[in-house]
Amino acid sequence: MTLFSVIGAGVAGLAVATELVARGARVQVFDPGGPPGPHGCSWWAGGMLAPWCEYENAEEPVLRLGRQAIDWWADRTEVTRRGTLVVAGTRDLPDLRRFARRTEGFSEVGQAEIKELEPDFQKFGTGLFFADEAHLDPRKAMQDLYRGLMDKGVAFHRKFAPSGLASAIDCRGLHARDLLHDLRGVKGEMLVIRCPDVTLTRPVRLLHPRIPLYIVPRGKGIYMLGATMIESEDSGRITARSMLELLSAAYALNPAFGEAEVLEIGVDLRPAFPDNLPRIRRLGRVIHANGLYRHGYLLAPALAQGVADLALENRHSEMVDEDRA
Amino acid sequence: MKRFYGTELPNPLMLGTAQYPSPAILERTFRESGAGVATVSLRREGAGGAGQTFWAMIRDLGVQVLPNTAGCHTVKEAVTTAHMAREVFGTPWIKLEVIGHTDSLQPDVFQLVEAARILTGEGFQVFPYTTEDLVVGERLLAAGCEVLMPWGAPIGSGRGLSNEYALRAMRAEFPDVPLVVDAGIGLPSHAAHAMELGYDAVLLNTAVARAGDPVAMARAMALAVEAGQLAHRADPIEPRDMATPSTPVIGKAFLS
Repeated sequence: MTLFSVIGAGVAGLAVATELVARGARVQVFDPGGPPGPHGCSWWAGGMLAPWCEYENAEEPVLRLGRQAIDWWADRTEVTRRGTLVVAGTRDLPDLRRFARRTEGFSEVGQAEIKELEPDFQKFGTGLFFADEAHLDPRKAMQDLYRGLMDKGVAFHRKFAPSGLASAIDCRGLHARDLLHDLRGVKGEMLVIRCPDVTLTRPVRLLHPRIPLYIVPRGKGIYMLGATMIESEDSGRITARSMLELLSAAYALNPAFGEAEVLEIGVDLRPAFPDNLPRIRRLGRVIHANGLYRHGYLLAPALAQGVADLALENRHSEMVDEDRA
Repeated sequence: MKRFYGTELPNPLMLGTAQYPSPAILERTFRESGAGVATVSLRREGAGGAGQTFWAMIRDLGVQVLPNTAGCHTVKEAVTTAHMAREVFGTPWIKLEVIGHTDSLQPDVFQLVEAARILTGEGFQVFPYTTEDLVVGERLLAAGCEVLMPWGAPIGSGRGLSNEYALRAMRAEFPDVPLVVDAGIGLPSHAAHAMELGYDAVLLNTAVARAGDPVAMARAMALAVEAGQLAHRADPIEPRDMATPSTPVIGKAFLS
């Protein structure tokens, strides 16, 4: 029986390994960084399962494939299904109308409904509520997949994969650009803050022409603020401007965030192809699964299913853009 | 068509490269609109010269690149960014933007003139983003600029030409200077309007990049600037208060 070697234990690699194992395959995983941790960009994700919101500025597959992600994750980790609230400041209401025009799956909510949904955000008189969206804690999700694989006897090797492996699945994200020349990095910056004064039970997105922000509750008064999108491949540090913008946007949502403690600052690069959609590409004996961009948790399940279809049944899902086996 | 620092553009549409849904859509937008110039921001995307892949994509568009100093608020920042732009894109062209007001993104014309003087002295070919103020325009020309780019309306506002009178005055005041309406364009009719006034090009970004279908909107803009330019050259009629029959009236009791 074939032993598949998944290279990279970010959300892509873990999802691929999980899907292969679920379909009865034998799998081992290589990652020199070891178990899930801050060395990979999946660690810094927001964890929103928000295909309808994302569709506002993404291609159609993001909505169609992303919708299936919520159930896939719910079978494997804790998923909170409380929807997404989208709001805008009074002078940015044209952006809210535009957002509504460009997507679907929401109801318009006024002050009374917003007060009922999120009492701490009732200063917003109008918004959009995407009831069917969900969110998860990315770190917990990765750890749950990791433990699930360990329980099934999958070996994790804390080292680089040996070269020339047969049946390898390369999920190295941006590290794979040595072989995938159309892959680029898109810088993202985020903050984790603690602010027990504010209660928020679902992700909120604040629309703004220059500084769009989302805030995702992680429980116990901890929130993730994200995320910048910059066409830069400098993953070094957050800029003062980005930090100012993220915090000002949070402050605009609720001034009580001014008292928050900043727990973490995350900066990393999202791997992306030119159309910002993920790809499965078989080159010789290696299947590449990459380019999840800002949709790591939203599209990893569909990516993993596409890899398993190709590896086990030689079926070509829509994500396969090249097959030179 | 007027030359921009000796360069003749294939058409009068200049497009920004920010805010597109993806680089793939950006690339199609340029290909299908035929835009002649791509502006690109170094300040935001380029900390530490690290926007390499994105910049390579811009270079690969095969159009004239006009790097900009968007996001700069001081002369010093703008000059530093211009140096970086020359290094990255190998062009002396620089769209000089020095922002003076955070909410309206109105240019700080005092610092603009100062930065223009420094940069032209260093051999840059400066495209200053300015207001429609004639005196500032004169100062920019005196500082060595050979192109002026007055705003139509604040950046990203999509309001069209909010001061047509001043833009007409500017055209009349500087008949031989290439003039570009930069910023404020929301619709093709706005772009056509600028060209009908005799402007030499239109620069826009948000109206295309944030449209539901950027590729279609860019084509619409390209058609509009072409239409406006043709109309201007065709010597439009003057508006008048009375109807003028366009068919012969002989034999009809038109004086009754």
